[in-house]
Amino acid sequence: MRHLARWIAIVYLALLVVWPVSLVFWHTFGDGLAPVFATFADPLVLHAFRLTAVATAWSVVLNVLFGVTISILLVRHEFPGKRILNVLVDIPLSVSPVVVGLALVLVYSQDTGIFGKPLAALGVHVLFATPAIVLATTFVALPLVIREIVPVLHEVGTDQEQAARSLGASGPQTFWRITIPAIRWGLLYGVVLSLARSIGEFGAVKVVSGNVIGRTQTATLVVEQFYYEFDKERAFAIASALALVAIAAIVAVGVLRSRAAIKEANS
Amino acid sequence: MTVAQLRNARRFLGGRRALPRTTLRRGSGISLGVAVLWLSLLVLIPLAAVVATAANGGWAGVVTTLSNPQTLAAIRLTLAQAAGVTVVNVVMGTLIAWVLVRDEFPGKRVVEIVIDVPFALPTIVAGLVLLGLYGPRSPLGFDVSNTRSAVFLAFAFVTLPFVVRAVQPVLEELDPEIEQAARSLGASEAQNLVRVVLPSLVPAIAAGAALSFARAVSEYGSLVLISGNLALRTEVTSVRILTYIENGQVAQASVVATVLLLVAFVVIGTLDFLQRKVTRRG
Repeated sequence: MRHLARWIAIVYLALLVVWPVSLVFWHTFGDGLAPVFATFADPLVLHAFRLTAVATAWSVVLNVLFGVTISILLVRHEFPGKRILNVLVDIPLSVSPVVVGLALVLVYSQDTGIFGKPLAALGVHVLFATPAIVLATTFVALPLVIREIVPVLHEVGTDQEQAARSLGASGPQTFWRITIPAIRWGLLYGVVLSLARSIGEFGAVKVVSGNVIGRTQTATLVVEQFYYEFDKERAFAIASALALVAIAAIVAVGVLRSRAAIKEANS
Repeated sequence: MTVAQLRNARRFLGGRRALPRTTLRRGSGISLGVAVLWLSLLVLIPLAAVVATAANGGWAGVVTTLSNPQTLAAIRLTLAQAAGVTVVNVVMGTLIAWVLVRDEFPGKRVVEIVIDVPFALPTIVAGLVLLGLYGPRSPLGFDVSNTRSAVFLAFAFVTLPFVVRAVQPVLEELDPEIEQAARSLGASEAQNLVRVVLPSLVPAIAAGAALSFARAVSEYGSLVLISGNLALRTEVTSVRILTYIENGQVAQASVVATVLLLVAFVVIGTLDFLQRKVTRRG
C-alpha cells in the first residue's frame, strides 16, 4: 500500500508538473541557443524585462517595509481592531488578479478615480504607466512577507528583546540588533517568495498597464503577445527564462530551509 | 509576566483594569497609522470602490448583469470546475502529503520542490507549460485545448500545493504513539488510517481545500491560452470581468468582481474560523 501511494503521487506529479515544465525547456533549447540569444537582444524584450525588474524591486522593498512593521505590530502589540487587521492583510491572496486590476483602475483613473483625479491635476499619471504596474505588483505580493515573519516572531518570543531593553538598549537598537537577526531567515524566505510572485504577475498588470508595446509591457505580457502572434519560439524563450527564475527561487528557499533545520537540530 | 497575564491578574484581584487596551507607544502608534494608511490606499479603498461601483447600479443592475446568460455560464463553470478540482486536491493532496511524511525514497527532495513549482511559476508560463503536453502538439495525442477539461487542468495545476502544504506539517506533528496504540489494540493499517489519522487531519484538509477553491475561482493567467475563452463554453469568471473592463462596462465588471470578492471573504472567514479551532485544540 505504501508503494502504491508513492507511485500514484509520483505519476500524478510527473503528468501535471514535471513533464509539461520540461517540455517548455525542450521547445526552447531544442533548436540550439541562437534563437534564445536573438530573443534577448530584441530591445522590446529587454525593455519588458527592465520594467518587470523595476516593478519587482519596488514591490519587494515596499512589502518588506510594510510586512516587517505590520508583523511586529500584530505579534508584539495589543490594539483595538487587531483581529480585523490580521484578516485584512491576507485578502490579496484570495482576490483574482483581474479584480485587483479593476479595483486599482476604479480608484486611480484620471477621469473618475478618487485618487487618480487629484493626482492627475498634480501632473502624476498612475494608470497605464509604471506607478500602476508597481501598485498592482505590490498588491498581489503583499501577504507573503507577513506570512513568513509572523510565525517566527511568535516562536522567538520576547525574552531576548526584554533582556536587551533591561540592559539599556534603545528601541531602534533592540530592533536592529535583536529582532531583525532573529527573523532574518523568515524575512529572506518572504523576500524570495515576493520576488517570484512579483516577477510572475500577469492579470493585474494586464488590466492596469494598458499593455502598450514597448512602453508598459512586462515580461509576462510579452509572452502572451508573442504566443498570440504565433511567434512561439520567442514566447517559449521568455517563458523559459521566467520559469528558471521561479524554480531557482524555490530551490533557494528549499536549501536555506533545510540548512536552517539542520542548524537548529545541531544547536 | 506578559501584559495579558498582568491584566488577568488585575482582573482576578478585582481591581479596576489598570492597563489600557492598547500597548502602543507613540512610535509604534505612528507606524500603525502609516501601515494602515498604506493598506487603505493600496487594498481597502480600491476594493471598496469595486463594491461601491457595483452597488451604484442598484439591485436592478446587479440582477441584469448576473442574469446575462454569458456571465451566468462563466460563474457556473468557474464554481463547478473549482469544486471539482478541490475534491481532486483533497484526495491527491492528502495522499502526497502522506507520502512526503511517512515514506522514504530516493528523490523525495525533488518531489518537495516539484510541489512548489506551480506556486512560483508565473501563471502565463503555467498556461504555456500545460499547452505543451495537453495542447494541439501533445506528444501524448491528448489535446484538451479549448475545452472545459482545459479549465480543470489549469485549476489543478495552480492549486496543487495548497492541500499538501496545509496537511504536511500537521501530519509531521501527529503523535505516533496514538497510532501504535491503535495497532497494538488490533487495528488494521486501513482502520488506523481512516479512524485515527484522517480525523485529526480534517481541519488542515479543510483549510487547504478552502485555499485551493479560492485560488481556482480567482484564476486567470494560467488558463487564458489553453481554454480558448469561448463564450458560454470555456469562459471563466475572471475572463468575463476582463471582457467587461475592455468594453468599458465598468459597472458590470464590478458586479461580477463583487461576486468573486464575496467568495474570497467567505473563504477567508472559514480559514480564520478553522485556524482558531486548530490552535484551540493544540
